[in-house]
Amino acid sequence: MAESRLPDRATKSLAMSRPGHFRFTEFAIEALIRVLGFSSIGFVLLIFLFLLREGVPVFFEVPLRDLFGTRWYPTFDLFGTLPLILGSLLVTVTAILIALPLGVATAVFVREVAPNWAREILKPMIEVLAGIPSVVLGFFGMTMIAPLIREVLGAPTGLTAFTGAVILAYMSLPTIISVAEDALDAVPKGYRDAALAMGATQWQTIWRVVVPAARSGIVMAVMLGMGRAIGETMAVMMVTGNAARMPLTLDSLFRPVRTMTATVAAEMGEVAQGSVHYHALFGIGIILFVMTFIINLVAATTIFKRRRRGGLR
Amino acid sequence: MNRYLTQRIGFALLTLATLIVVVPILFVVVTIVVRGIGAISWEFISAMPRDGMKAGGIFPAIVGTLLLTVGTALVAIPIGVGGAIYLAEYARDTWLTRAIRLAIINLAGIPSVVYGLFGLGLFVLFLGFGTSILAGSLTLAIMTLPIIISAAEEALRAVPTEFRTVSASLGGTRWQGIRNIVLPQALPGIITGIILGLLRAAGETAPILFTVAAFFLPRLPHSLFDQTMALPYHLYVISTQVPGMPLQIQYGTALVLLTLVLSMNIMATMIRSYYRRRREW
Repeated sequence: MAESRLPDRATKSLAMSRPGHFRFTEFAIEALIRVLGFSSIGFVLLIFLFLLREGVPVFFEVPLRDLFGTRWYPTFDLFGTLPLILGSLLVTVTAILIALPLGVATAVFVREVAPNWAREILKPMIEVLAGIPSVVLGFFGMTMIAPLIREVLGAPTGLTAFTGAVILAYMSLPTIISVAEDALDAVPKGYRDAALAMGATQWQTIWRVVVPAARSGIVMAVMLGMGRAIGETMAVMMVTGNAARMPLTLDSLFRPVRTMTATVAAEMGEVAQGSVHYHALFGIGIILFVMTFIINLVAATTIFKRRRRGGLR
Repeated sequence: MNRYLTQRIGFALLTLATLIVVVPILFVVVTIVVRGIGAISWEFISAMPRDGMKAGGIFPAIVGTLLLTVGTALVAIPIGVGGAIYLAEYARDTWLTRAIRLAIINLAGIPSVVYGLFGLGLFVLFLGFGTSILAGSLTLAIMTLPIIISAAEEALRAVPTEFRTVSASLGGTRWQGIRNIVLPQALPGIITGIILGLLRAAGETAPILFTVAAFFLPRLPHSLFDQTMALPYHLYVISTQVPGMPLQIQYGTALVLLTLVLSMNIMATMIRSYYRRRREW
């Protein structure tokens, strides 16, 4: 079918085109496509440039020591970002600790164990999770999960770092699952056949052969999930309680905490353009940009290496 | 221990983990539907908000989100599809191409609130668009680009090389081959990617916080340079900033947003599976 139809179409288009007429249009179109192809680089540079433009002044307005101080009280001109950075890390790391085992187990289940019909149901459901807007999950966390956590803990508030971590874990799950699944997919069938042929059970094959072979892909899944979690804004802002205090003690996980993203989102609306506070918020933007850039750079080099080795692992 | 028993325990644990992942998703969707459905009425989706948003409808927020989505599409589709054509059809494996791919991966990873900062810095202040639909759409479009480029490139690469060689062997130029043969074949995949990108834009709050969103504006926008209300931001506002907000209106707003986004999601899935089944190569 396809073979008979395609040449038809191509000849028709050739017959309709007059040489000399289309040559210039075509040149213009190809030039345009080239420009569009390079535009992504331009956008990344533009984003970084404008963050620097608005954010760099803070490094001259506030001494570096104070900038990494332990107190963030903009009304008293205290711009210590340390509690915010630690807050972000606390929530992100906890989220990944929850999401990693769940995500990898789900990926293994979907790819290796589940019967076809179950796979047909599970995959769209995970896509649904990826599609739920972060503000909806935040709203759900506020109205359903926070009261639950408050009751279980007997704490004064359910808006804690832990609540944020739970929501973030679910938000990074789709990323972790799909990347981990790709990694499992890339393990050659021969590995499985060899293990089974030597008398290993299916479980032994999965646990001792397939998962270890997909290791580097799973590491990448974690990195990308982490990048997603650290940059998440709305849901985190709505459920973590937003108290800018140093999360140093063990129980900080069950107390309110404030992340970098939430700080920017909550305070940008009310600062005067060009003030120290305004520059400081862009400064946090620079920190976020650099952090996610590094995470993605590392993940990307793993992808490129894998490509060059010919698709294995 | 008996290794078959180990296998059973192992599989049981995997199933349990999967359930822990999947059941809450169902729970979230069902809860929002059940609690929100009572708020839905013709007035709710077609009227202006009244009494400090505690009564009336969310019409301007719905219109605002639709306008922003259309604006995003107008900017992101040509740039995204063009970029994907370059990567799939023209680019050779040079350091420059690798730099483009790296840029795309990074665009995909930049936090949404940083896009908001960028939009504020470039579009709102530097270019002087003000907090406007134009500034918001441009910001959302750049955020959507990596999703559209990756999906479109994948769809273009899935078209077999023979299609291009046959076109060339008939004397077609490279662009004729792409336009008449490759693009039409890849179109379903590209459309799926576009929808997935746009649904992300429709649901995002952080990038529009400082670029377009209005707290309370009970009228429709007049021009591209107008502010507008938007569904995700409206949900944020009524659930955190307005004390004494009836819970049902909050759930109703969440339901409208969820319905909008999930219906786009389902549409994308359906297009993809329909054409995958019908594909002849």
